Amino acid sequence: MVNHEKTDLHGITVHTIETKKYKTTSFILQIKETINEKNVTKRALLSYVLQSGTKDFPSSKELRSALDDLYGATLNADLSKKGENQVISIRMEVANEKFLSNSEPVLDKAFHLLSQVLLAPALENGVFKENIVKKEKRSLKQQIESIFDDKMRYANKRLLEEMYESEPYHLNVYGNENEVDTITSKELFDYYQEVITNDRLDLYVIGDISTNEMIEKVKKHFCFPENRSEATVTDEQNREEKKITEVKEIFEEQDVQQGKLHMGYRTYTTYSDDDYFALQVFNGVFGGFSHSKLFINVREKESLAYYAASRFESHKGAVFVMSGIETANYEKAVKIIKEQHEEMKNGNITDAEFEQTKAMINNQVLETIDHPIGLSEVLYHNVVAGTNRTIEEWMDGIESVTKEDVVKVAKKVTLDTIFFLKGAGTNGNENI
Amino acid sequence: MGMKTFEQLDETLHFEELENGLKVYVLEKKGFNKTYATFTTHYGSVDNHFKPLGKNEDVKVPDGIAHFLEHKLFEKEHGDVFQDFSKQGASANAFTTFNRTAYLFSTTSDVKKNLTTLIDFVQEPYFTEKTVEKEKGIIGQEIRMYDDNPDWRVYFGLIENMYHHHPVKIDIAGTEKSIAKITKDTLYECYETFYHPSNMILFIVGPVNAQDILEFVKENQSQKSFKEKAPIERFFEDEPSSVAKTEKIIEMTVQTPKCYIGFKEAAPTRKGKELMRHELCVNLALEMMFGKSSPNYEALYEEGLIDQTFSFDYTEENGFGFSMLGGDTQSPDELVKRVSNMVEDFKQESVSADSFERARKKKIGAFLRSLNSPEFIANQFTRYAFNEMDLFDVIPVFESLQANDVEEVLQNHFKKDAMTVCQVRKKKS
Repeated sequence: MVNHEKTDLHGITVHTIETKKYKTTSFILQIKETINEKNVTKRALLSYVLQSGTKDFPSSKELRSALDDLYGATLNADLSKKGENQVISIRMEVANEKFLSNSEPVLDKAFHLLSQVLLAPALENGVFKENIVKKEKRSLKQQIESIFDDKMRYANKRLLEEMYESEPYHLNVYGNENEVDTITSKELFDYYQEVITNDRLDLYVIGDISTNEMIEKVKKHFCFPENRSEATVTDEQNREEKKITEVKEIFEEQDVQQGKLHMGYRTYTTYSDDDYFALQVFNGVFGGFSHSKLFINVREKESLAYYAASRFESHKGAVFVMSGIETANYEKAVKIIKEQHEEMKNGNITDAEFEQTKAMINNQVLETIDHPIGLSEVLYHNVVAGTNRTIEEWMDGIESVTKEDVVKVAKKVTLDTIFFLKGAGTNGNENI
Repeated sequence: MGMKTFEQLDETLHFEELENGLKVYVLEKKGFNKTYATFTTHYGSVDNHFKPLGKNEDVKVPDGIAHFLEHKLFEKEHGDVFQDFSKQGASANAFTTFNRTAYLFSTTSDVKKNLTTLIDFVQEPYFTEKTVEKEKGIIGQEIRMYDDNPDWRVYFGLIENMYHHHPVKIDIAGTEKSIAKITKDTLYECYETFYHPSNMILFIVGPVNAQDILEFVKENQSQKSFKEKAPIERFFEDEPSSVAKTEKIIEMTVQTPKCYIGFKEAAPTRKGKELMRHELCVNLALEMMFGKSSPNYEALYEEGLIDQTFSFDYTEENGFGFSMLGGDTQSPDELVKRVSNMVEDFKQESVSADSFERARKKKIGAFLRSLNSPEFIANQFTRYAFNEMDLFDVIPVFESLQANDVEEVLQNHFKKDAMTVCQVRKKKS
């Protein structure tokens, strides 16, 4: 289904996917390391600094001009948490020259530029340029603050902080606001050197390309430090997970129109487990789709919410429920949500729900891999989990799940924490 | 069946206008798993004053009704159409904009079955008093969700500032009060008027056989009868070219203020190629003035007035048009001052061939990138078609533009008296 080739070079794993589907070539560079208190903020700042200048283009303006000249090649870096990892993704997308009226050799230039973003940043006195670091600190702080302004994201962040209080997973992927200013250019540069020496690196190249040519280009353009470690094995994750004795309930009040109800469940199942597929189906029946129990019961039957959904974090093995409700409807909504989970534990899953869910998951995967970034994300799961599943195996895995499997998983799934952001003094008495 | 080949892009578009007036387009995308289809009516939140089909008197309908209708079409006597799609492995959705309402699905199997479901559910309305009442709770929560969203508030606040009368200033979902007035009869009246096939476009993109799909749609439509097509009469009050309000501050529970600056288009009456040229020119002007590689962007970023949320855009259709730029900022007033000076300064200089060329290259690259996305193609093609433009003309039109075209929009669009500002600021406790 997907023509995926994997080549381990010195220090970097190159994944090539040859396809004629797209009018562009996509590069996705994944840089992975375990998330930890000590480096979380530095790592976030690093992702900002790397995209702000290179040796040849030592300012954001110059770098952006170079990209514009490459027919508007895009470059962005962002951060994500995959299980206990903090991953920096540097993505570049460049037009395929065959669609341009005056063909220009953009691919090789793009390759070079990407390698420079990673390996030849803009320096001054042997460390990152002071003015870049200063600017990007401000941007990062603003990014962290903006989470507060988006109430859905804020509630999600608060849920994670409470639920994983004593685990690294509680850390915000953008780091701590208070720490940002304390990081010096020197410290950041030292950390950067650790990153390019030790972190696991995966480069995905997707488009109308030739694998051999891409391998040659990586060899030509990516010059790693000599002491670069080849340790590309994924660490065995700490699988000891907290057993829950009682549900933690946290309330916070703000002047908002709509209450945000977020609930976190532990599932004791992750991507690398055999019952991972059953958990996928569980999440789909529970709240993943518009035919799911949460949507039907919270929204369609009771008109309590515009959205009521659940999502699943594959590597942490958590299910998160979220819904926007009237503050006064808190008890009612929580009760309905808990009931849906009970229903599933008791095996009350109709054939229709079950089959629809499988069909939808199947559809979702096929759609995801139509998109270059989606495709790279699906393939990257294997790197994070230390598995080697093809997309066909993945889909067969879903297909073979039985209702009994789902019930078994539903019984493992345990509610850990409820976070509710209440509206202040705006209880819905407007009877509409 | 008609066919149009875009050699440079390696795409072929098939189309046909059916007897009942429905326009059907099919774009074959080989190698993709997904088929994406949109069924769109040229009817949105601005169409609130019109002459109902077959009547002599014009009516004004409650704010938010087009969006309400969008929600309600999914409900049928046998239940919810979402479920029919998901039984067929497809995911369905819909959205309402200022001037169109689109229903869509995406699927990797059973394309024809899902296509039938899509066409039939949109063409078979079923509204009852009871289900209309029930929906008011759900949409009420949707409205509240947007009320808490500072990005939406600042965006809409800016549009409200610009317009004296044009209904583009009315929130697409209406208010809890306005939707309370909606009844099943008004829904039917809007439906009858705006959901005639001659006011609609069906677009299918994916790994399909165009000929086969077109025949299939024709067959479906030939089994249904529709009223004679009649031109739709919509009414809009005269809109002055000046802005209604030059500034507004909204207080909310936020940490970072948000600030947007807008320029109202004085003569938003263009159609077809002329509209496309104009849109692309304003967007090029914005790119040259404030794109990430511009000296202005660098200065604003360095001064700490903007961050990565900074963006800009121009849009024009159906009697309204505006550009807007802005994002999160710690110093909204300072940002306004700097941006308006930068615009004035830029108008004084002549447009450099170099930066024009760079902006154009960037835009062409971005357009090619969006053609990877079936969603983009279907949604944008439809939007363009309602405005008598052809999406696949974008690259040739870009290539035909000259630096002095940008010069012209700079002088005509970015006028001081067409400027308005909206800010979201932290609520004082």
